[in-house]
Amino acid sequence: MIKSLSTEDTLENAGLTEEEQQLFCNARPKQYEPYPIKAVEDFANWARANSLWILAFGTGCGAIELRPLMTARFDANRFGVAGRPTPRQSSVFVIGGYASVKTLKRIIRSYEQMQGPKFVIALGICPVNGGMYFDSYNTINQFDMYLPVDLYITGCMPRPEVLVAGIVELQKKIKQGRCDGANRYIENFDWYKANQKKVIKNWDMPDYNW
Amino acid sequence: MLERLQREFGVTDINELKPGLTSLKVARDKTETLIRELRDREGYTHLNFMTVIDYIEDGIFTIVYMLHNYDNKDTLSIHVDIGRDGEDMVSIHHLWAQAWTYQRELREAYGIRFPGSPRLDEDFVLEGWDQIPPMRREFDTKKFSEERFGHREGRSSEEPREHMKVNLYPNRGGDEQ
Amino acid sequence: MTHSTGHSASLDFPQPEPLDLSSGKYVKLWQGPQHPGITGNMSLELTLCGDEIVECKTHVGYLHRAFEKLMERRTYIQNFTVVCRIAVPEPTFNEYLYAQAIEELSGIEVPERAVWLRTLNLELMRLASFLMWIGGLSGAFGQYTVPNWTLAHRDYVLDLFEEMTGARIYHMYIVPGGVRAGLPDGFEQRAREIMDSTEKLLVQIERVMFNNTVFKTRSKGLGIITPDMIDPYGIVGPNARACGFARDLRKDEPYLAYDQLDFDVVTDNDSDAYSRAYCRLQETRQSISLIRQCLDNAPTDGPFQADMPNVLHWKVPAGETYVKAECTRGEYGYYIVSDGSEYIRRVHVRGPSYTHAIAVMERLAVGTNIADIAGLMVSLHTYPPEIER
Repeated sequence: MIKSLSTEDTLENAGLTEEEQQLFCNARPKQYEPYPIKAVEDFANWARANSLWILAFGTGCGAIELRPLMTARFDANRFGVAGRPTPRQSSVFVIGGYASVKTLKRIIRSYEQMQGPKFVIALGICPVNGGMYFDSYNTINQFDMYLPVDLYITGCMPRPEVLVAGIVELQKKIKQGRCDGANRYIENFDWYKANQKKVIKNWDMPDYNW
Repeated sequence: MLERLQREFGVTDINELKPGLTSLKVARDKTETLIRELRDREGYTHLNFMTVIDYIEDGIFTIVYMLHNYDNKDTLSIHVDIGRDGEDMVSIHHLWAQAWTYQRELREAYGIRFPGSPRLDEDFVLEGWDQIPPMRREFDTKKFSEERFGHREGRSSEEPREHMKVNLYPNRGGDEQ
Repeated sequence: MTHSTGHSASLDFPQPEPLDLSSGKYVKLWQGPQHPGITGNMSLELTLCGDEIVECKTHVGYLHRAFEKLMERRTYIQNFTVVCRIAVPEPTFNEYLYAQAIEELSGIEVPERAVWLRTLNLELMRLASFLMWIGGLSGAFGQYTVPNWTLAHRDYVLDLFEEMTGARIYHMYIVPGGVRAGLPDGFEQRAREIMDSTEKLLVQIERVMFNNTVFKTRSKGLGIITPDMIDPYGIVGPNARACGFARDLRKDEPYLAYDQLDFDVVTDNDSDAYSRAYCRLQETRQSISLIRQCLDNAPTDGPFQADMPNVLHWKVPAGETYVKAECTRGEYGYYIVSDGSEYIRRVHVRGPSYTHAIAVMERLAVGTNIADIAGLMVSLHTYPPEIER
């Protein structure tokens, strides 16, 4: 049975039926608290930075350059990067360019299922301001209104070399403890949710997918 | 063959667009029998695609069926005009096992109904769509995108013609052909 | 009619029996969009009885960018940046067909050299796409050596593209009236070296993958397309050729320089996943041979672009046309209607995956094992972006 929580800690889950509401946790997500000793936190960040596991979800055209990146020629394994099939095991979400509304729903769901600490890389110009699909009725224009982005990589397509450079940059940021996207998401949770619900009209999933 | 079609099905507007591609027009009621005849008797067994052209000025949708004959390498583009405002179209899902997907797409993109076509009302590419069918010409995708998704500050665009005239070639007095 | 495909009788659309999901006998399972065993971003809604699939529904639209709508809003030349993004792994076919369609409508003659360069570009694209596909199929059946080889070699082909066009994925090389540039110095020799090494690689792949017992046992007899399915389902390309239908647009209705090239249509008779894969392996070899012929025959000097009207005022005469080309999956087509203005009236892109991934997949998946569904999906060679556009 779900532990009963005080009302300010719970989510409404209004999109679910009553039966489904019993199945999903309705607790509000909590921010990540760093270790009290700085050296321990630094060590943890060093470890995180060197085992970035990418979620295998090709959300857009950017996915095409992830294959050369992961295989023999560019071999991202050198940087501790590996592909994982499930969000539960991955720590990096690569947004492959534009996100259509239908995909955005799946992106949110997969992102929330990822265990922290988690990071988001967005490829190309489309997540920044819509890119060449700025006038399309089905692609969103500003990705960071819906999910926090830790790093943008430029190019259409971003070349594997620039992806490698981006990964190195992300590692640097993580080691310095500057990748706080997941915390920002929790901090501004209601703002993000309101934005998400504004574009996703058939919201039939829990407010936070544990 | 085309004379026979003209005689039996009242086919009009026969145009040879290029060698191996002919367009013709037929009335809505004769469409299904004409297509069936072409498929069974004349060897036009391959449905390349079906689509719709939106002539908003005339208030019509032109439905286009592209049929191909592999034996004599000939393609027919069959045009059917229907009214724009909620008029049904004859379904051809029983002639080709792939036709229902096109009809499902057209129902979603233009709002044309094909009675009898399977799974017609399921979402095809959109999800939770709450506006008029998006491919209709009166739907302004830019305006919708601005309202729904917003734009980041700082995005600017130039009209290429003006930009060339004013900024790139100011001395040439424009870019006359 | 040479091909009797059972069209005399009316085709009854298979209406599946409604399944009683509450009986506890069936399990509903979504494969995709977030799933490693799926081609690109799409999903299958599977209903299972044990590990056998009793119903499959394809869901597409995760990559819908409304290209056909966007192209109606852009001038003819602005569309060039957009068209190549329709099919991500094979952008060149979009460029070629779009250029070809508006050249036909406005009566522009393409110079000889550009014709050859276009042919070379298209064949290189086919080669790159096939290499990625072979890796994908092998990965779907659980072998991860071949993907590493093929993707590295595909990268060498992409290097050639970079030399030729300046970009790896989206080339925007074929423009109306011709191509953007000639071949750089030394390109021919480097291309030949890469063709040689790729040819050697294909021998290795045949040994490691196609003679492998695991691959053979799993793919033989999987997803058989019967000859009477070909026309009702509109199956084209290698999927139809593996079924014995020698239909190849490059041979049947030659475009570009294909009538001057020497090749045979690859066919097979088994029409299962193995036979489709083998057909594609042979077509990869054919592509290499065609690239070599292109390099031999392409003129090295002369104009590569025709005189064009000012693109800012470019009005294409009213009319309509349908052009098609043989991409790796079969007939890829562009239907363009112009109303004489500066903007396109209507464009319809016919991607071969449209029917392969939806109607055919839903039919073939029934009765297969859940473990084979990824292999079946890849063996049909579908790219989701060209379905929903």
